[in-house]
Amino acid sequence: MARKVSDTRRWTFTILAWGVALAIFFPILWTILTSFKSEADAIASPPKFLFFNWTLENYAEVQSRSPYFRHFLNSVIISVGSTLLGLLFAIPAAWSMAFQPAKRTKDLLMWMLSTKMMPAAGVLIPMYLLFRSSGLLDTRIGITVVLMLINLPIITWMLYTYFREIPGEILEAARMDGASLGKEILYVLTPMAVPGIASTLLLNVILAWNEAFWTLNLTTSKAAPLTTFIASYSSPEGLFYAKLSAASTMAIAPILILGWFSQKQLVRGLTFGAVK
Amino acid sequence: MTTMLRGLLGACALTALAAPAMAETLTIATVNNGDMIRMQKMTKPFTDANPDIQLEWVTLEENVLRQRVTTDIATKGGQYDIVTVGNYEVPIWAKQGWLTPLENMGADYDADDILPPIRDGLSMDGKLYAAPFYGESAMIMYRKDLMEKAGLTMPERPTWDFVYDAARKMTDKDREVYGICLRGKAGWGENMAFLTSMAASYGAPWFDMDWKPQFGSEQWKKALTDYVTIMTEAGPPGASSNGFNENLALFQTGKCGMWIDATVAASFVSNPKESTVADKVGYALAPMGEKPQMWLWAWTLAVPSSTDSPEAAKKFVAWATSKAYTEEVAKAEGWANVPPGTRTSLYENPEYQKAAPFAKPTLDSIMSADLKNPTTVPVPYIGTQWVGIPEFQALGTAVGQQFSAALAGQSSVDQALKMAQQISEREMAKAGYPK
Repeated sequence: MARKVSDTRRWTFTILAWGVALAIFFPILWTILTSFKSEADAIASPPKFLFFNWTLENYAEVQSRSPYFRHFLNSVIISVGSTLLGLLFAIPAAWSMAFQPAKRTKDLLMWMLSTKMMPAAGVLIPMYLLFRSSGLLDTRIGITVVLMLINLPIITWMLYTYFREIPGEILEAARMDGASLGKEILYVLTPMAVPGIASTLLLNVILAWNEAFWTLNLTTSKAAPLTTFIASYSSPEGLFYAKLSAASTMAIAPILILGWFSQKQLVRGLTFGAVK
Repeated sequence: MTTMLRGLLGACALTALAAPAMAETLTIATVNNGDMIRMQKMTKPFTDANPDIQLEWVTLEENVLRQRVTTDIATKGGQYDIVTVGNYEVPIWAKQGWLTPLENMGADYDADDILPPIRDGLSMDGKLYAAPFYGESAMIMYRKDLMEKAGLTMPERPTWDFVYDAARKMTDKDREVYGICLRGKAGWGENMAFLTSMAASYGAPWFDMDWKPQFGSEQWKKALTDYVTIMTEAGPPGASSNGFNENLALFQTGKCGMWIDATVAASFVSNPKESTVADKVGYALAPMGEKPQMWLWAWTLAVPSSTDSPEAAKKFVAWATSKAYTEEVAKAEGWANVPPGTRTSLYENPEYQKAAPFAKPTLDSIMSADLKNPTTVPVPYIGTQWVGIPEFQALGTAVGQQFSAALAGQSSVDQALKMAQQISEREMAKAGYPK
């Protein structure tokens, strides 16, 4: 028999959940609000919440000063490109680790993850030199490959976890029916793992979209994504909060909308296999 | 075969013809501040006169820019043709051979017109390595109305004691008016810029002639004690997280009686569009201790030696830091908006003097700054609010954190100085000083 939850309890939890959600969302909301303020209102103390002179001047200024669309296009190419490229390597890797594990598979997985533990700044100079000598500085292909490599351990790990939830017998059955390895992965495994692959894809697009260390350091202008666009609005001397907020809002809007529409998929993917 | 050969030859000829017409692109790295952004909008005369040069701007936050440009120049990446650097970096980078000397800047460039303290700081062996775009010093901005209410008159250059006295009298914490706002946020370019110059004015240098850190001196103790005391008594709450922009915001909203900071702030606090106290601001020279508090900063344009287009880059630098550019800005946006602090001729211009009430204190502050003799005793380094060694960025920030903690009340002045001494001794030994 299902446990009956008392009304008070339900209300408490609902309010608590809303409170937590609002607290997490508040910085973004504040950024969006600030983007419609004048610079003077943006620093007003006590802070002005809704009652200020709403203005679009920051957006106009940002629009006139920076090639937003070029940065946006670079962000799309880099984040989607690096994720797709990553999936290309990670699906076969995760398949072999999930269905054909060897004695050291677990160690291998840990080792892959350990590459994420190194501080990025530690390898900046060698990477920069490599990029310089191979002519990859400020190119989309260069930064795409780097982001793919950075996110590859996460992609592989996520896919590995999802694949493990799929009964190996189904794949065996496919093999019995004469499916080749390629066909087995493409026609049997992949369709079953779609929710997992989709959430991996979404999460990694978001991670690559927000990546700010390598994109700032390895691109200059031609391949510079939205992270450099935001970085250009912080000022050492002079007020900049409103314009910076407008730039940030423009930079996060696409990914926020994407996240909004795909949240069901994301949550489903992230909790996939959580209960067993 | 002949047809193919002809075709190939034709293609070669076309490429050869097209080559001179192909535009050279200059990538310019810059910080986001008003004067630099204005320059980006004002480049039409330059690109009209040089149709073969295209400009590509990369604007970055100051610290990101510094890291990015340093990486690129040190590895000879060649991503930038022109970089915006401070006068702190110029001598260090010039010594490393990272910058192209700016010779032959054109007949009408008039390098002698550049203010001597600024020019000297950017030159090595008589050669200019960066051209100043704008320069700044420090001064006191104060509220004339509050000063009057306190029954005081601000002298042209007050003593530190006068400043402390006035700060206490102007403070009215119930109405959220604080007598004095000073930088407290940790960072070599934040609180340490202020404290280095303040301590120097008390006669306290960073190092003696043998590169021994001097934080154990009586002068340092007096300077830091005075700073923490006055900020606790008459400063705004949470001052240990206030940098330039936070203090600017406080001053503009009428919460500061006095603010000692970079002269560039004058154009912001006197701008009625941003500042609620625009018509009440007075200016005075930075305070006097054993020596006047000195401060000299310049944002300059330099050409890295790794660029592929040194000549075009020099041409642009010459244009952007010329007298002609100043006049263009004056014509388009008024004299108050021209980049200040670099040329003698600007300060002799009556129109500028009329438009910028802060012109005279700015010039006097810059002219009184002596990079080689910032304090009462001889020092082995140059710099007024910084120390001209590559290690200063990291060291200054580490020491700044100790002083910021003292301001926040997390440690005592003695503890902070002791820690500063230890950190400096360790870092200097590690870096191999004395060299």
